[in-house]
Amino acid sequence: MVSITHYLVLSAVLFMIGVAGVLTRRNAIVILMSIELMLNAVNINLMAFSMRWGHATGQVFTLFVIALAAAEAAVGLGVILALYRNRDTVNVDDMDILKS
Amino acid sequence: MHLLWLIPLLPAIGAALNGLAGIRAFGRRTAGAVATAAILAAFAVSVFAYVDLLGRPVDGRLHEVTLGTWIPQLPLRLASGELGSFAATWGLRLDALSALMLLVVTGIGSVIHVYATGYMAGEPRGGYARFFAYLNLFCAFMVLLVLGSNFLVMFAGWEGVGLASYLLIGFHYEKTSAADAGKKAFLTNRVGDWGFLLGILLVSVTFGTVDFREVASMVAALPSGVHVGAISAICVCLFIGATGKSAQLPLHVWLPDSMEGPTPVSALIHAATMVTAGVYMVARNAALFSHAPEVMAVISVVGIATAFVAASIALVQPDIKRVLAYSTVSQFGYMFTALGLGGFASAVFHLMTHAFFKALLFLSSGSVIHATGGEQDMRRMGGLRKYLPITYVTMLVGTLAIAGVPPLSGFFSKDGILTRAFFGNRAIWLVALVTALLTAFYMYRLVALTFLGEDRSGADPDDPLRHVPRESPAVMTIPLQVLSVGSIVAGFVGVPAALFGSSAIARFLAPVFPATGLGGGGHGSTPGPSTAVELGLMALSVAVAVAGLLLAWRLIEVQPGAAERMARRWPRVHALLLGRYFVDELYAATVIRGTVASARGLWRLDTGLVDGLVNGSGKLTLITAWFSGLTDRTVVDRLVNLAGAMIREAGLAARRLQSGLVQNYALLMLFGVFAFVTLSLFV
Repeated sequence: MVSITHYLVLSAVLFMIGVAGVLTRRNAIVILMSIELMLNAVNINLMAFSMRWGHATGQVFTLFVIALAAAEAAVGLGVILALYRNRDTVNVDDMDILKS
Repeated sequence: MHLLWLIPLLPAIGAALNGLAGIRAFGRRTAGAVATAAILAAFAVSVFAYVDLLGRPVDGRLHEVTLGTWIPQLPLRLASGELGSFAATWGLRLDALSALMLLVVTGIGSVIHVYATGYMAGEPRGGYARFFAYLNLFCAFMVLLVLGSNFLVMFAGWEGVGLASYLLIGFHYEKTSAADAGKKAFLTNRVGDWGFLLGILLVSVTFGTVDFREVASMVAALPSGVHVGAISAICVCLFIGATGKSAQLPLHVWLPDSMEGPTPVSALIHAATMVTAGVYMVARNAALFSHAPEVMAVISVVGIATAFVAASIALVQPDIKRVLAYSTVSQFGYMFTALGLGGFASAVFHLMTHAFFKALLFLSSGSVIHATGGEQDMRRMGGLRKYLPITYVTMLVGTLAIAGVPPLSGFFSKDGILTRAFFGNRAIWLVALVTALLTAFYMYRLVALTFLGEDRSGADPDDPLRHVPRESPAVMTIPLQVLSVGSIVAGFVGVPAALFGSSAIARFLAPVFPATGLGGGGHGSTPGPSTAVELGLMALSVAVAVAGLLLAWRLIEVQPGAAERMARRWPRVHALLLGRYFVDELYAATVIRGTVASARGLWRLDTGLVDGLVNGSGKLTLITAWFSGLTDRTVVDRLVNLAGAMIREAGLAARRLQSGLVQNYALLMLFGVFAFVTLSLFV
């Protein structure tokens, strides 16, 4: 029997993997993918509670998040593409222009 | 006599003309004429004043002129405790005493001026005018001294005379000895002036006035013979002043040294003017001194001691002018003896006759010096009689006058003093008689060594280039002859009653002096002595004078070498006299060395203590400044730097967070979220 706890644990694990990926990976694209992971972990969470309470609000929110994630991925990839064109790299360690 | 103020002004104008314009612009003839005209004009006014005074009744022979205010009325706490006032005016006073002194000063001063125009002919033009400017200045101050109607005016003249004497004695200032003699005269006089000034201050706090007439009337109001301490103190102070100017012991040392000045200066200072100031001052204050009998006794003792000591020194001096210098000191000793015994008129009478014959002697010696080309040592003279016939005669007249041979002037005035001494104090009389013997002796010695005997100049008589003494020009010999006549006749104004005279001078001066038993008019007016005693005393003094001359004649002419034998027999006495009792050496060893030593001590104190203090305070400032700098550098600077460094270090530490790496920021955000969650959950 799959209880809500399983969903929540899966969601938490996925979120932590996403966080770890954002913090540790150097490739900007991978970071973007990790962000997608985190967003989807949130989606699972929302769906789980929607199911648990028999309420549709969570499902509506999930649809919004998916739409938002698609938009975010499109903009983020555009930014990365622009960066790559300018600096010939997608490594975030080299992107410290805020500092100077 | 409203023109009284002209008498001091005329020579002052002469001095100003010669001093300001003459040194650069005047020729010898102009400079001499200006100075001589100035003093002659002053003499003329003096004669006019004298005649004017004679025309008045005896009681009215006092004329005072106030030219202006000197010190306006000031409140003054008197010695008696009352509140009085003090004021001084530029007042002139003409009475019998000052009129007589005026005639002597301006008259003999004029003769000396004329003589000096010849004597100083060898001076360069500028020096010639300078000399006459000084000479006029001297006369101006002396006249002011004589005419002053109060102590302050007299003191102004007194100090001015001291200044002028310094200038004149040190006239040849390029000669060290002359410059030193000028300084010595000035400094020695300062000692006396100090006493005089103290006396004036005492007079002003005792009487509340410095006017002679007011002081005299206040003193006259006091009971005679009563011992009044303040008056004695005043008289002592005034007498100290008189000893300085009149070269009495122990302040006589300046006078012989002042022979460094040109001879007319010697004649002016030591015959008619400066040295007479002391006698004049005491006589002027006869009223005061009459009330201080113990001071009078001191004066007579100092006077007779001076007379004897100076006469004994004069016996052996080789320098012709020094003999005359000591003779002057000695004669003034006589005058002070007379003053001390109350014979004010006798003293003034002797002052007058002395002015004539001493000026004559000095100017004659100047003529000798002039003729021999500057020789002053009598050991290198001798036999000058045939070269200088006029000078010889005039010198002889002066010698007989000072020795007291009748009927020359010195006889009458000296006899007056001797008579007074005989009735005053027999011991003093005896010393005075011995001094008279010495006087005759040294004067004959002077004449004999100079004019008689053989030429000892050491020049080869066959040498055609040798300096042949020549009689001085008429401008010098005529003043000598004038003074000779004066020396002969000046005594006739004081012929005593015992010789069928009238003691005119004593009667003339009588109103000036207090009519007490002590300070009576002159010897002639003293009722005590009988005519026979007086005649006997005169015979005795004549005998003494002749004995002195004969003794000198015997020792020098008849037995040549006798003097040397005596010197060998009593070497100590001879050395003592020749060394002038070593008073100069005593002063050099005590006063001068003391002054120099104390000056050196003060200098050491200055360099050691005062400079040390100044340098020490400087050093102390340096040290505190160094410490201040040190604390500034170590404490304050470090604190300031520490604050900066702390901020810098904090910045450096915080800078690490700002890596520019987005992931770091994200990590930190994560930690933040954790922290807030933890807080919200567990706190």
